[in-house]
Amino acid sequence: MDATALPVPRPVAAHAESPLPARRLSDGGGDRVFAGITRTAAWGVFLLLIGIAGSMFWGGRQAFQTFGLHFLISDAWDVGRDQYGALIPIFGTLASSAIAMLIAVPTSFGIAVFLAEVAPRWVRSPIAIAVELLAAVPSIVYGMWGLFFFAPVMSARVEPWLIAHVGPLPILGPLFQGAPIGIGMLTAGIILAIMIIPFISSVMRDVFQAIPPALRESAFALGATPWEVVRRVTLPHTRSAVVGAVFLGLGRALGETMAVTFVIGNSFNFSKSLLAPGNSIASAIANEFAEAEGLHRSALIAIGFLLFVVTFIVLAIAKLMLARLSRTEGRAA
Amino acid sequence: MIIAPGLLARRKTVNVIALIAATATTVFGLFWLAWILWTTFSQGAAALSPRLFTEMTPPPGSEGGLLNALFGSFVMVALGVVIGTPIGVLAGTYLAEYGRASKLANTIRFVNDILLSAPSILIGLFVYELVVAQQGHYSALAGGIALAIILIPVVVRTSDEALRLVPNQMREAALALGVPQWKVTTRIIYRAGVTGIMTGILLAVARISGETAPLLFTALGNQYWSADLNAPMANIPTAIYNYANAPQDEAHVLAWAGAFVITAFVLLLNIVVRFFLRTRTPR
Amino acid sequence: MKRIFETTLALAAMALAASTAHAADITGAGSSFVEPIMSRWSADYNKITGDRVNYQPNGSGAGIAAIKAGTVDFGASDQPLGSAELAAAGLAQFPVVIGGILPVVNIAGVAPGALHFSGALLADVLMGRITKWNDPAIVKLNRGVKLPDAAITVVHRADGSGTTFNLTHYLAQVSPAWKAGPGEGKTVNWPAASIGGKQNAGVAQAVKQTANSIGYVEYAYVVENKMTYALVSNADGRFVMPNAASFGAAAARAPWDRASDFNLVMTNAPGPKAWPITATTFVLVYKHPQAEKAASSAAAMKFFRWALAKGTAQAAALNYVALPPALVGRVNSYVTANIK
Repeated sequence: MDATALPVPRPVAAHAESPLPARRLSDGGGDRVFAGITRTAAWGVFLLLIGIAGSMFWGGRQAFQTFGLHFLISDAWDVGRDQYGALIPIFGTLASSAIAMLIAVPTSFGIAVFLAEVAPRWVRSPIAIAVELLAAVPSIVYGMWGLFFFAPVMSARVEPWLIAHVGPLPILGPLFQGAPIGIGMLTAGIILAIMIIPFISSVMRDVFQAIPPALRESAFALGATPWEVVRRVTLPHTRSAVVGAVFLGLGRALGETMAVTFVIGNSFNFSKSLLAPGNSIASAIANEFAEAEGLHRSALIAIGFLLFVVTFIVLAIAKLMLARLSRTEGRAA
Repeated sequence: MIIAPGLLARRKTVNVIALIAATATTVFGLFWLAWILWTTFSQGAAALSPRLFTEMTPPPGSEGGLLNALFGSFVMVALGVVIGTPIGVLAGTYLAEYGRASKLANTIRFVNDILLSAPSILIGLFVYELVVAQQGHYSALAGGIALAIILIPVVVRTSDEALRLVPNQMREAALALGVPQWKVTTRIIYRAGVTGIMTGILLAVARISGETAPLLFTALGNQYWSADLNAPMANIPTAIYNYANAPQDEAHVLAWAGAFVITAFVLLLNIVVRFFLRTRTPR
Repeated sequence: MKRIFETTLALAAMALAASTAHAADITGAGSSFVEPIMSRWSADYNKITGDRVNYQPNGSGAGIAAIKAGTVDFGASDQPLGSAELAAAGLAQFPVVIGGILPVVNIAGVAPGALHFSGALLADVLMGRITKWNDPAIVKLNRGVKLPDAAITVVHRADGSGTTFNLTHYLAQVSPAWKAGPGEGKTVNWPAASIGGKQNAGVAQAVKQTANSIGYVEYAYVVENKMTYALVSNADGRFVMPNAASFGAAAARAPWDRASDFNLVMTNAPGPKAWPITATTFVLVYKHPQAEKAASSAAAMKFFRWALAKGTAQAAALNYVALPPALVGRVNSYVTANIK
C-alpha cells in the first residue's frame, strides 16, 4: 500500500457545535516524507550487507584467485606452506549450529508454551526476565565458563557416559567416539544452544502472548485442551513470527565467535565424532586473524565471505521449505 | 456433544505430557542460567566491592576497579543504540507497513537475516577499514558504529514481526477516521507494538554489551580514563578478555566480577524498561 | 528525575574536563606476551610524569599492522622484522623485555622440574613422532621418573602466537625433523589428535584437565599457577632451572652484535647457564614520525628509555627479565642514532 496513493481528505465543513480542525493538505506530504524515511532506512540495511559482503569478498580475492573453486572442498590448512581450504571451518560452523538448533528450538518452544499456558500469572514476568538474562551474559563469559567449568564436567561425566552407552549403537554410534577431552564440537554446540535460547524464546513468548484473546478463548470454549490450543490456534497464527525467532537464533549460532573459540578445540582435522575438536569459521578467524599476513589473512577473510554464502544457502533452503509447507496448507506465506 | 471416553482420555494425557515437557524445558533453561550466574558471582565475589565502581583498571600487582571500563561500555552501547535503533525500527516499519509482502521487502528481509549471522569480528574489521584506517586512530565512535551494525538486524527483524502482529482492524479504524498514514504508524501502531519492539531492542542491547571482537578492532581499549569519543576507550568485554588471559589470579577475579556487573546491569535495564512499559501501555 | 539528570550532566562535564587536563596520550598495540609488564610500567610512569601510555594486547600481527598503518604510536611484536621490511615502512625496532617459555605436563606422580627433555626429544614428542610416555627415548633421559604406559596428548596454542613462534623457532634449530615438518611460525601444523587452547589460559586449562598431556606456556603463567614444568637441555647440553638467572644468562650470551636492527631470535642461546627457550619482545616505532604524530612518538620513546633504565624491579616482580645492561646500552645508542 503506497502512501502516496491514499486520497488526501478535503477539509471537512465544520459543524456548528463541535468544529473539527481543518485537515491540511500537507498531511499528504507528511506521509511521503515518512514513507521516504522508512524506505531509506530499509535500503540502508540492504546496502550495509552489500558493503560488508563486498569488502569481505575484496579482502579474500587473493585466496580465491590462488585456490579457485578447490578452496571450497579442500580440507588443508597449512600456514607454513600457505595452503588453505574452507571445508573444515564450514563443516564446523554447520555442525555446531545444527547441534545448537536441535537443542535450542524445542527448549525455547517449551519455555514459550510454559509461559503462555502453564505458568501462573505472577510467575510469568520473573521467569521471562530470567530467560532473557541468558542473553545478557557476555559471549566471552560463556567461553570462560564453558572452558573452566562446563568442559571439565563434560569430560568427567557426560562424555564417558555417551561413549559407553551411545557409542556402540549402530547409526548414532560413530558420532560419539574418541577420548573424552571435554572440549569439542558437542560442547560448543551445547553452549551455543544455551546462548541462543533467550533469543528464540523471548520472541516466541512475546508473540504467543500477543494473540487476540478472542481466538484462544473461543478454542477453549469449544473444549480444547491447552496443548491443543497451542498446536491448533497459537502456532498457526504466529507461524511467521515463530519462524522469524528461529532465524534470529540460527543467525546468532552461525556467527558466534568468542564462546565457540574457547571450547571447540581449534583443530583443523576432520572427524566424524562430535566429541572431537573441530573449528568453525568465526573461531578460525578470531584465533588466527590478529597474527595473519598475506595469503593467510586473505584466506581468513575469504572464509568469512563464505559464511555469508553458507548463511544465504541455509536460509534459502529454509524459506523454500516453509513456502512449500504453507502452500500445502492453503495459506499465503 | 458426546465424545468417545477413550478419545478424551487420550487428549487429556497428551495435554498433560506436553505441559510437563514445557515445564521441564523451562527448568532446563533456568538450570543453565543459575549455573552460569552462580559461577560469575562466586568467582568474582572477591572483587565485588564499592572499589569496583570507583577505581580504574589496575595493572598486575595492584588493586583497582573497572570504572573506566564500565563508563566506556555504557557510552559505546548507548552510541550503538542511538545510531542503530532509529535505522532498525524505521527499516522494520518499512517492511511491515509499506513493503509488506512485496518482492523488495522480502529481499530486504532475507538480506537482513544474512546480516544477523555476520560474525561480530567481521563487522569489527569492516568498521576498522571504514573508520579507523581512514581516521588514523582507534576511537570509541568507531566502536559505537560497530555495535550499531550488530544491533540493527536484530531490531529490524523484531520490529517487523511486532508491527505485523498488530491487527489490521486498528489500522483500518484509524484510517477510516481520517488519520494520515504516518500518524497511524507513529501514534497508534508503534504504541500497540511497543512491547515487541522493546524486546528486540533489549535483546540487541544485551548482545552488544557483551561483544568483544568488534571492539578490539575499533575502540581498542584503554588502561586509563577517557571520555573522548575520538580516542580508544576502555570497555568491559575487552577488560574481561585481557584479565582472563593474564597469569595473575587477582586479574581473573576482576574478570569474573566485570562479567557479573555487566550481566546485572542488563538485567536491571530489562526490569526497568518493562516496568515503564507496563505502566504506560496497560494491557 | 531532574536532580539525577543534573548530577549526570555535572559528572559528564567533570569527566570531559578530566580527560583534557593531562599530559601526552600514547597508544600502543601488539603482543600479549608483554601486556602485564607494559601496563605495570605505564601505571608507574603515569604517576611520575602524568603521561598516559595505553597498551592493548591484540596480537603481534595486529600490532605490526597497526604501526604500519599509523593508527598507533608504537607496536610490539614477539617476532622481529627484517631490516628490509623495517626500512620499507620507515620503522625502527628494539627489544624491550625478556621472558621464558616452558613445557608443562600433566602426568600423575611427576613433580615440577622432574621431567627432562632434550631439544630434539621435545620436538619428536610435540610432532607426534613419539606417542607414549614410556617410550624408550623418554625413559632414557628420565631414569628416576615413573612414566606411565599412556598416550601423549599434545596441547598447543590455537590462536596465532608469538609464544608459538619462539618455541617452534627453537625446535627448528634443534631438530631437523621439526624443521622439515611443522617448521616455525606463529601458527604451525600440529599432530591430528592434538588440542588447541586459546591463549596461555586455554593451554594451561587444557593441560590441567587432560591426563598425560603436554603443552607450553610462558614462565609467568607457570609461576602464578604453580604448574608442573619440564626441563629442557640447553645448547651446552646442561639442564638448568628456568628462572630470571637462566633467562638473563641466555640474553647476555646471545649474539646481538651480529643482528642489524636487533633482528635476532635468541632461542638456543649458548652458555652453560642459559635457558634454551628464551624470548624477547620487540617494540616498533617510526624513525621519522609525521607531524601530527611527532609529539606522541617522542613521548613514547621517553617512556621506553625510562622503562629500560628504571623499570627493572617491576619486570622481576612480574616474572620477566629486564634487558641486561650491555643490551640496554646497545638499544640506547641505536635509538639515539636512528630515531629523530
